[in-house]
Amino acid sequence: MSITTEPTLPSGTWQLDPVHSRAAFSVRHSGIATFRGHFNDVSAKLDDGVLTGSVAVASVEVAVDKLKGHLMAPDFFDAEQFPEITFTAADISLVGERATVRGELTLRGVTKALEAAGTVSGPATYLDGNERIAIALETVINRHDFGVSWNAPLPSGGNAVGDDVTLTVDLELVRPAA
Amino acid sequence: MKVLGIVGSLRSGSYNAQLMAAAAETLPAGVELEVYDGLRVIPPFDEERDATSAPEDVAALRRAVAEADGILFATPEYNGSIPGQLKNALDWVSVPFEHNVLRNKPVAVIGTSTGMFGAVWAQADLRKVLGLIGARVLDRDTPVPLAQTAFDADGALDTELLEAVSAAVRDLVELVRTREQAQPAA
Repeated sequence: MSITTEPTLPSGTWQLDPVHSRAAFSVRHSGIATFRGHFNDVSAKLDDGVLTGSVAVASVEVAVDKLKGHLMAPDFFDAEQFPEITFTAADISLVGERATVRGELTLRGVTKALEAAGTVSGPATYLDGNERIAIALETVINRHDFGVSWNAPLPSGGNAVGDDVTLTVDLELVRPAA
Repeated sequence: MKVLGIVGSLRSGSYNAQLMAAAAETLPAGVELEVYDGLRVIPPFDEERDATSAPEDVAALRRAVAEADGILFATPEYNGSIPGQLKNALDWVSVPFEHNVLRNKPVAVIGTSTGMFGAVWAQADLRKVLGLIGARVLDRDTPVPLAQTAFDADGALDTELLEAVSAAVRDLVELVRTREQAQPAA
């Protein structure tokens, strides 16, 4: 028996609604907690089944400016040399709303294949009369694969920052009325 | 290309000043090294004073760092770490933090001591500090141990050790060039 994958991904070009979208990350901190941050400047579109997206590294939002400064530095994202994080995926398979997305992530100048799981929902008609879809995806990367390797050893053993980073995007994409 | 040399020791005839002089002999064509000599007059770091009237000596240090394409540090090791005067100067340079003049600046660390390990702890600590400040830090130790015998009476460095210093200088120059190539034309 096989599960039928229905090609229900909407066709045409869908543009990001940045007000209702978010690209975020979380990572283990102190060995016990979860630290979260996100990027304010997010771009994305779905164009005939190909999903592309990027974030401006300099738009990272964390609670303290000094931490942001360190995240911009060569110790972490090296925003001067690698100002964008990009993602592109032409392979999106759906089972109902459940989505599996295979694509490439480029972070700190390193491009690697990855798979993300989540949902593609809609279309729904919004207040303005335009159709929109929602794409929510999550994946886990090892930051060392991309050269983001800063750390500090803890007195009790282990390191301040975890190796695995969870990336999540919640996107609303709009198809303007013809 | 202009490289600024900063020596962590204030002592006249310091081994690390000799090490910096040895590094100067290994510069590739087209690279000049200017050695900063104001470390002694940098006052204790005082954030309030910086906000009201930053000392001219600090402003001069910040200008020297800003105008350099890369920075080479030669550090001794005091009690297992960076000399206080050097750390103090870096604390001045590190503010305002998000836009400090060391941010993204290619830097390399070399060092010598009279012990067996060639200031390797101070070099590691200095690289950590420079990374936190936001510099583009060359990930390489260049320890010159037993300084009292590493240099001859004329101040010339042992050939093998000089090659290690030369390699650090070459890698720093390469770091500067890589950064320049990555920059969009102004």
